[in-house]
Amino acid sequence: MSGNAAGGVIPLLEVLNISKLFGSFAACSGIDLKIAPGEIHALLGENGAGKSTVVKMLFGVLAPTSGEIFWNGAPVTITSPSEARKTGIGMVFQHFSLFEALTVAENIALSLDRNIPLSKIAQEAEQLSRAYGLPLDPNSHVADLSVGERQRIEIVRALLQNPKLIILDEPTSVLTPQEADRLFETLMKLKAEGRSVLYISHRLEEVQRICDKATVLRHGKVTGACDPRQETPASLARMMVGSNVADVEKVFSDASGPIGLEVKSLDAAGRSPFAIALKNVSLDVHAGEVLAIAGVAGNGQGELFDVLSGEYTVANNDAVKIRGISVGRSGISARRLLGAAFVPEERHGHGAVTAMSLSDNMVLSRNVSDRRAFLTGGALKIIRASTIKAATKRICDTMDVRKSGEDPAAGSLSGGNLQKFIVGRELDRQPGVMVVNQPTWGVDAGAASRIRQALVDLAKAGSAVLVISQDLDEIFEVATHVAVIHDGKLSAVYPAAEMDREKIGLLMGGMDAHREPAHVA
Amino acid sequence: MTVFESILITIITASTPLLLASIGELVTERAGVLNLGVEGMMVMGAVVAFAVTQMSGSPYIGALGGIGAGVLMSLLFGFLTLTLVANQVATGLALTILGLGLSGMVGEPFVGVQGIKLPALLPPWLSDIPYVGRVILGQDLIFYISIALVFGVSWFLFRTRSGLVLRSVGDNHASAHALGLNVIGIRYLAVMFGGACAGLAGAHLSLVYTPQWVENMTAGRGWIALALVVFASWRPWRLLIGGYLFGAVSIGQLHAQAFGIAAPAQFLSALPYVATVLVLIVISRNRRLTLINTPASLGKSFVPDR
Amino acid sequence: MWLELEKRPEASRLFTFLSPVIALLLTLVCGFVLFAALGKDPWQALYLFFIDPLREEWSLHELAIKAGPLILIGAGLSVCYRAGNWNIGAEGQFIFGGIFGSAMPVLFHAWTGPWLLPLMMLMGMIGGALYASIPALLKTKFNTNEILTSLMLVYVAQLFLDWLVRGPWRNPEGNNFPETRMFDPPAVLPAIWESSGRAHWGFVFAIVAAILLWFMMEFTLRGYQVKVLGQSSRAGRFAGFSASGMVWFSFLLSGAMAGLAGISEVSGAIGQLRPSISPGYGFTAIIVAFLGRLSPIGIIVSGLILALTYLGGEAAQLSLGVSEKVTRLFQGLLLFFVLSCDTLILYKIRFNWTRLGGARP
Repeated sequence: MSGNAAGGVIPLLEVLNISKLFGSFAACSGIDLKIAPGEIHALLGENGAGKSTVVKMLFGVLAPTSGEIFWNGAPVTITSPSEARKTGIGMVFQHFSLFEALTVAENIALSLDRNIPLSKIAQEAEQLSRAYGLPLDPNSHVADLSVGERQRIEIVRALLQNPKLIILDEPTSVLTPQEADRLFETLMKLKAEGRSVLYISHRLEEVQRICDKATVLRHGKVTGACDPRQETPASLARMMVGSNVADVEKVFSDASGPIGLEVKSLDAAGRSPFAIALKNVSLDVHAGEVLAIAGVAGNGQGELFDVLSGEYTVANNDAVKIRGISVGRSGISARRLLGAAFVPEERHGHGAVTAMSLSDNMVLSRNVSDRRAFLTGGALKIIRASTIKAATKRICDTMDVRKSGEDPAAGSLSGGNLQKFIVGRELDRQPGVMVVNQPTWGVDAGAASRIRQALVDLAKAGSAVLVISQDLDEIFEVATHVAVIHDGKLSAVYPAAEMDREKIGLLMGGMDAHREPAHVA
Repeated sequence: MTVFESILITIITASTPLLLASIGELVTERAGVLNLGVEGMMVMGAVVAFAVTQMSGSPYIGALGGIGAGVLMSLLFGFLTLTLVANQVATGLALTILGLGLSGMVGEPFVGVQGIKLPALLPPWLSDIPYVGRVILGQDLIFYISIALVFGVSWFLFRTRSGLVLRSVGDNHASAHALGLNVIGIRYLAVMFGGACAGLAGAHLSLVYTPQWVENMTAGRGWIALALVVFASWRPWRLLIGGYLFGAVSIGQLHAQAFGIAAPAQFLSALPYVATVLVLIVISRNRRLTLINTPASLGKSFVPDR
Repeated sequence: MWLELEKRPEASRLFTFLSPVIALLLTLVCGFVLFAALGKDPWQALYLFFIDPLREEWSLHELAIKAGPLILIGAGLSVCYRAGNWNIGAEGQFIFGGIFGSAMPVLFHAWTGPWLLPLMMLMGMIGGALYASIPALLKTKFNTNEILTSLMLVYVAQLFLDWLVRGPWRNPEGNNFPETRMFDPPAVLPAIWESSGRAHWGFVFAIVAAILLWFMMEFTLRGYQVKVLGQSSRAGRFAGFSASGMVWFSFLLSGAMAGLAGISEVSGAIGQLRPSISPGYGFTAIIVAFLGRLSPIGIIVSGLILALTYLGGEAAQLSLGVSEKVTRLFQGLLLFFVLSCDTLILYKIRFNWTRLGGARP
């Protein structure tokens, strides 16, 4: 790209030696960053590397413990988001700051500092959204919008402030490949206008596609500053992760094992006004298979998991069968007794109780299946603390769970370690059927690799494994078969070898895999 | 004055404190804070209003005193729940217990003392207009404030930016914080407004309803006000209807004799409480609607991440 | 903000014990200031309030009489609250238990036998549980907020009792006083140590119940269910536990405890039904529950402390002329301080002298 010769051009944003300490914990230290005008700059790093912290400091949500920030060559102190906006920095967070009960226009109005009449905001927003290729209806309620549409609100919100630098935090994690392409077109438009983009991601392919420069973070420090197009994915990955992360060894199945999990014509109404209804879902997972269900967030994954686990039952008993036995109407305990195990998406407050110790959390999912080992005293059901503690230790050793102390509270573990524990807790039972929702969301690369390998090994040992995931890389790593969920409906199941990103993308967007993508609104 | 008129006047007198207390709590809850201490704030408002009136000779100054008491009580609640992030339910209960105890103590010297009634606000000749005159135009200041507040709160919440900000805090405090809004500050203001209204409602009890101080004279009205907010689905206009409905029910026992209803006094006294339960059942049954109308962050603690 | 919270990685065990102690001390300090402001000698007042009632045997019995219902109700409430169900209507369940349990001695006073007392106690528990089943039903079937329903029912129960003792159950030979007949001796809960004081077996029930409930919460799966559902209903569902089942269990349990306390009080301490049979035990028990850290063993201690405030209030009134309403005030203050100090369990408090607004340093 032209117009950005090194030297002689004052950087739009320069960050010198910035650090942020929380008590004694250094979230980031000695960060240097330089962004030129009209540049798309990537901030690379895996989960927990410190990217969000850096960016929060740029946006005034956190104050740096030390270091300086320069804007157009002059030093600035950014003490609040409104100051950041005034300076010319806009931000689109990964987790949207939206208000479900309010309209699009009201949501946008709240992020503007000036007191402008709502009708004017509605008008400007609508015009701007169309101009950038992200159309929005200002009077619709956020609660009714899809995830991709909600992201548009965030982007339009930021753009209305006329920023010189826009920060995007993991924007494609909630988009289909086609929606992501649209986003990239928008970014090119911004670049053509002379604005800069700070693009936070851990996805190497995207970064190499659209970014001019990249700064790589690991454990809160800069491990590299480069031009991503000159690097290979391996070299970038090494800067991000440090050592070479073990590849997952896959297993190939010939689908002749008995069916572990069978779903036939499953219908489930949405339980709340914002939930997705499941429509005519059918799938089966044979022993030795890993079936991965891909899909953008918010298309019924959680609802599907709930109905498969038995936390919520359906009227049709035959709709779900575990090892050939109809369980549609049975609860989660009955399904566990048949040898099924479940790992939900949320670690805190669902898969584990945050304030309770690890050994207490053992009892959470194993109180019925392991009642002979874990409980005693007949009707009194007294909990056998020592047996459970021993089991906890065994699981922590097997899964290499890093923790402080012998039996700490679940909340004190990092995301990756807690997830290893939760998955390990279920694997410890050697379940014949395993259903996992987002196995490695928010988990560091080392833990993620270990968890994925464990799932693959479980299938190899003869279990039927169902993985629901939003991470396409993960899906290609572990799956023997792939299906896609969209708006509560499941596509056909394809062998993994027949699938590619393009096909999955089409299905994620609701298109038939064989048709040309029509204009996705 | 006809029987009908006198009934209407008693309904207004009974409904005004309910309406006031609940409109204050409505604003508090719209900001996402559940303040169960309305009963405690109300009774403190009643006793302080009475005491200040006795000491100053003016019921208007007494009413101001009542408002002040409500605000101070609410600040205590706010400090515990917003700054110290204590459990909102337990703190609200504590506020009520404290208010009932403290008011009993403060009010002891005033038991049995004849109070000074808050006079009609508008000139007396207006009261000669048939029906409208005595019933509507012959009321005290607090009544007019209560009606004005319904208008005012409705306009504030839905037509001003500040009201939008308040509603957003009640919908999603994490998002509001991310946008740079001062969640804690806004909630303090909402809580204090609730306290002021509850205090004024209590003042109405001891200055208009019966110009006297009786221990625990709120008799559960604070709790009924909480139920009213749920009944109104957090909308001011529905609160107006609900408040007057309940006022009518609570005054029912006074008029039952006039209508020849021969039920035991205790049963009639129990009516407002039973009615509250029934209303709550009806309103909450539809989980879907409850989910849509309730401010999403109601009752949840908020600690700004640093 | 001038005061900031920093979350601890784990709940502090030190402050779990210290918090109620600090709260007590702060209340004492407030009491000191209050008495001084009222013109009384603060040291003497505090002595009268908290030390004097412990010095005589008969007074210790009075302590047990007051503490019994507080501990019994408080223990039941602690299970309910830990499950996340806010039963605020214990006062009403207390009254209903008293009424139900009194049915035999009032209506069928000729029937006697050794089975009478156990039957009365049992009926008291059933009465309390039945009354508590109303908010439980409304919550599970109709999604109705249990705080408001259980509370409204307190007023209804009080009015019902009032009507009963003035109407159908009034003592026909009682000179039109609003009270039932006095219970005959077989229907009176006996004293534990007849010679030294009036403390009745209700106190024993309370201690036994507290210990049993503690055991359940600490060691059994049921206690585990309570804790899990109280912290996260989603995790509870994941574990296969039924949230509505827990609503029923916790309300019926706490209602039964309150009902038992009610009939014990009526039968052991009063001897008849009157328009008022409780100096607010059902509400004070809420304070007892929190001060006792929602643990039945802690509640034994906090029940005794709050019973002390009742006696102290009476003593202060007799000797110093201080209003006995001071008791209520102390109790409310105590709860406030307990809730404030509890913050220290989960957070560290830092005082920050920077100006308001802007990013946190």
